[in-house]
Amino acid sequence: MSQREEILSKVRAAIAPNGNHDERRKNLRTAAIAKADGIIPKLPESKKAIQARFEERAVKADATVVFSKPREVANNIAKYLREHNLPSAIRTGDDKRLKTLLRGYESLLEISHGRTYGDDMVGVSHALGGVAETGTLFMESGKDNPTTLNFLPETHIVVINADDIETSYENLLEKLRDKYGAGEMPRVLNMITGPSRSADIEQTLILGAHGPLRLHIIIVRK
Amino acid sequence: MVEITSPEFKANARLAMGDGQLQQALGHVRTNFINKRAEAKANLDEFDELRDSATAIKDHVLEHLDLYLEKYEEKVIASGGHVHWAATADDACKQILDICRSVGAKSVTKGKSMISEEIALNDALSAAGIEPVETDLGEYIIQLRGEHPSHIIAPAVHLNMDQVRDDFIKHHTHLPADRPLNEPETLLREARAILREKFLNADVGITGANFLIAETGTSVIVTNEGNGDLTQTLPKIHIVIASIEKIVPTLEDMSQIVRVLARSATGQDMSVYTTLSTGPRREDDPDGPEEYHVVLLDNGRSSMLGTEFQDMLRCIRCGACMNHCPVYHAIGGHAYGWVYPGPMGAVLSPSLIGVDKAGHLPNASTFCGRCEDVCPMHIPLPKMMRHWREREFEKHLSPMTQRASIRGWAWVAKRPFLYRMMASASARFLWLLGGVNHRIKSLPFAWGWTRHRDMPAPEGSTFMSQWRERQARDAGDL
Ligand code: SF4
Repeated sequence: MSQREEILSKVRAAIAPNGNHDERRKNLRTAAIAKADGIIPKLPESKKAIQARFEERAVKADATVVFSKPREVANNIAKYLREHNLPSAIRTGDDKRLKTLLRGYESLLEISHGRTYGDDMVGVSHALGGVAETGTLFMESGKDNPTTLNFLPETHIVVINADDIETSYENLLEKLRDKYGAGEMPRVLNMITGPSRSADIEQTLILGAHGPLRLHIIIVRK
Repeated sequence: MVEITSPEFKANARLAMGDGQLQQALGHVRTNFINKRAEAKANLDEFDELRDSATAIKDHVLEHLDLYLEKYEEKVIASGGHVHWAATADDACKQILDICRSVGAKSVTKGKSMISEEIALNDALSAAGIEPVETDLGEYIIQLRGEHPSHIIAPAVHLNMDQVRDDFIKHHTHLPADRPLNEPETLLREARAILREKFLNADVGITGANFLIAETGTSVIVTNEGNGDLTQTLPKIHIVIASIEKIVPTLEDMSQIVRVLARSATGQDMSVYTTLSTGPRREDDPDGPEEYHVVLLDNGRSSMLGTEFQDMLRCIRCGACMNHCPVYHAIGGHAYGWVYPGPMGAVLSPSLIGVDKAGHLPNASTFCGRCEDVCPMHIPLPKMMRHWREREFEKHLSPMTQRASIRGWAWVAKRPFLYRMMASASARFLWLLGGVNHRIKSLPFAWGWTRHRDMPAPEGSTFMSQWRERQARDAGDL
């Protein structure tokens, strides 16, 4: 007997020795059932309140947040880099939204494209969306926003559309399901809440463990 | 198998209570974790409803575990991943070694995984000539020291900063010995720089999983440092090692449980990184692993199903039970003698390694009930500890002395005078044994434990003063 069969038959013998497995299969939870029984913390529903809550929670998680008009995104990036004494060179993927926002600002920002191998100081990515409940960003892998940009550079700047900020994880997951199809996922979905940290030495919290030391979020509002 | 010293539990515990450095370090558990969880709970009106919801989801999963495992496997394969089923710890190690050998791996980076500790994966890798590199800061520190984690989410919680500094000076010999290393921050920066190189050079990355999602064939890690993500993103191969009960049906079910996980563990609303991984690198993906493997481990869990210990399989490894346990506060994690400490360890370890070896652990309870009160998954830990004690009786494993100690630990712990006697007797004994420089390297009656810890001999004072102080401090905690 393979180990697979051995384990599955032990499990079956313990929980459903005489079970009709086709019947049991009908009880399995689907996303619709899970969504219907789930407890979702109540939040104010107005757009303004949702965005304010996202900002408050992201800041509580030690990110910095700025609201920006589309045409000021490049300036906001440059300003942030200056304030932190960082070079004006940024690394981004192929995201079209970012390309549009940054087009025409080549004299302000030196932009290179593609994944990083760890020698870029600043990564700039575009989020799929954000969750107001906890100030969490949803980032998809792929050539538009390579995963390595989320983790290797010391500074991570994330651009997000104000309209893509939802109250709950569930709402964004639904969006993801619409985009990829039911049961399908991007290779990686990073849910990110603040910059990396460790409290492993005497429980002293230090920002900037193995991932970015700083997370700056630019919320684009038309 | 990780060396088991659980049978010497009582001796271990006595030593721990006399260890001043350890007692100082444990102070952080007693204050930080408890206060932060209380605050996080207070800030979420739906916290208790979410606990009920999370509990119901896991109960449902356990009743349909075979079906969800099949579904999960099907989805992993459909996304281009591989699933390996491992009945025992040895099977899992063998499968992982085979995958590593298939690419001639020399170096493996690792995210924090208690399952990896459970199957003693580092020993297996080292024996095969493959260097395992722990990358979580706490795990990295204890790997340098040749120790095991003393807490399931804060592996180095038994250490203080000076010890870490000494270890870094001893091991990072390419750096000037007189460099300033006086702050946790400088220590972290040094580890970051050293581990960066390791991440970029590793052939294989191994992570655990907090959840496996059946709907999508996704594995999920929940971390703060970002080391797990570098571990799984940079090397050619990503191996996930997870036990079979980690399954949840859907993305929404994961979201329910995630809401109570970090709040119960560190008191954060959400950990920094919740990462959902599905299969290997895709067409026109610029990064990510070329191969994605999941090793599904049973190692005794299927034998808990259908028994009075089934509820234990709801555990999400948040650590709240040990953070709130007066016994853990008094003795720390190593005294439990195997991978899982605290109340959850006292229930789980006898199931996984046998009541003959871990039978003392369920006695390590004052039955105060705090563990059950704070457990986000409503696991009836005190009741299950009682079950083990009954079973142990039935098997007549209890020698006379130990039978007496069934009332023992709780009884002693409630009587300061006896505690004082135990602690001071062992303190004096250790002082003598410590010899000229009063450092103890091994003890005849607890050799397994002291092998991991070069402990300073206590300087005559007992643990009682701290105990009393703490009782006063803790009085308003919950
Ligand atoms: S038993 Fe409960 S409190 Fe303890 S680690 Fe498991 S889930 Fe957390």
